[in-house]
Amino acid sequence: MSNIPADLKYTESHEWIRVEADGTITVGITEYAQEALGDIVFVELPKVGTNYTAGDDAAVVESVKAASDIYAPVSGEVTAVNGAVVASPESINSDAYANWMFKMKPSDASAVNGLLDAAAYGKTTGA
Amino acid sequence: MTLKATPLNNAHRALGARMVDFGGWDMPVNYGSQIEEHHAVRSDAGMFDVAHMCVVDIKGANVRGFLRGLLANNVDKLQISGKALYSCMLTPEATVIDDLIVYFISEDWFRLVVNAGTAEKDVAWMQQQNEKTGAGLTITQRRDGANAMALIAVQGPNARAKVWEVIPQAKDATAEMKPFNVALVSGTAFGEAMVARTGYTGEDGFEIGVAAEQAEALWNALAAAGVKPAGLGARDTLRLEAGMNLYGNDMDETVNPLNAGLAWTIDLVSERDFIGKAALLAQGQNQQFLGLILREKGGVLRSHQKVIAANGDTGEITSGTFSPTMQQTIALARLPMSVQVGDTVHVEIRDKKLAASVVKLPFVRNGKILAA
Repeated sequence: MSNIPADLKYTESHEWIRVEADGTITVGITEYAQEALGDIVFVELPKVGTNYTAGDDAAVVESVKAASDIYAPVSGEVTAVNGAVVASPESINSDAYANWMFKMKPSDASAVNGLLDAAAYGKTTGA
Repeated sequence: MTLKATPLNNAHRALGARMVDFGGWDMPVNYGSQIEEHHAVRSDAGMFDVAHMCVVDIKGANVRGFLRGLLANNVDKLQISGKALYSCMLTPEATVIDDLIVYFISEDWFRLVVNAGTAEKDVAWMQQQNEKTGAGLTITQRRDGANAMALIAVQGPNARAKVWEVIPQAKDATAEMKPFNVALVSGTAFGEAMVARTGYTGEDGFEIGVAAEQAEALWNALAAAGVKPAGLGARDTLRLEAGMNLYGNDMDETVNPLNAGLAWTIDLVSERDFIGKAALLAQGQNQQFLGLILREKGGVLRSHQKVIAANGDTGEITSGTFSPTMQQTIALARLPMSVQVGDTVHVEIRDKKLAASVVKLPFVRNGKILAA
């Protein structure tokens, strides 16, 4: 049973999203995703300033086993990236929720309402 | 579809293994960290459930004569009981049905160990050749049924010593035994044990075969002696570092073994005829099988990525991963004949073309990095 914090939003493709007070969002991958991937050895992050449509490939996580695309959960612009996970990809294995990947400013603030809550995400992972 | 399970399935679940569908088998990919399991094998001792692989016993009056024609390597290299040989079994078109190890026990009994996913096809092919040649041999798979055997691979610099702690009777029989030999040891706490100094990691160690119902007791005894359970994930990174081919990735029934780095396993010197020989001689070699080390950041080398040489010739990665020992991303690749060891080539990863060096295999052997 994976840890699924109640204060976050989720996607079916296993990204977590924290809606910040200023309306920006912080994105990472879930505990379930890091477990499924196994030891993570490479992370590629988007460039700050890039505009994505919801569902676009924004980042890549590679484990010893496989490569996995990380999607933009909503449409918007990348405002920050976490270089620490590029330098230490394994930090995502040790704490998937503390080690975020990128932040976005959604083009439509209400778009986050369409994301899954913890209970709905838990169902998709069978947790 | 119900997945097949080895006799160690309960043991894996008790250890909290992450289980995956591996070619129809419910197998452990890791027990926590694949990288830690990898390092345990390079530095100490680890063990793998390889009971999905299949022991095949061939018995009868002239097994040697039959295998001379069946296998691409020459069983006449096996003159002393207990000696083992790695070989391909080829189609008449000189592509690879399977790669296997053949153990010479006696003139009327040779034992083969074949891959999991190919076992049924292999045994059917052997039976067909048995009938066609009128060899009159008994060919018996030992994976299912009353006489089922289970294999456990114990690998690493301390693997043999730990096996001797658990199976003291094996020490006399195997202490002086050279690599690529096998001993059948009777009277152990786990019944008769086949103890072979073989493996798939580039480290010393044993592959042990016991009756299926003894497998869990042996596994638990090895764990108690400090042998770390390791999953298929670590098995793959270890064999890749060791430059060892994986059937289904690096060669299969579409690939000529000369193009998969297996020329060393094919005897074309003797007059002996074998299935696939004529086609192999006619086709020759038109690709070479070498290692790659990625020199730029930007991803991990994976199978099916395209390799582009400086002159524009292309090749393909057949297996790739992140090497825990080297802390670099490495691959096995089928490359054009124009490429030389030491060349820089480029690999297409997503939207990028990243530089990689061409190196000789293996990357790692007995804990030491050989290619850098």
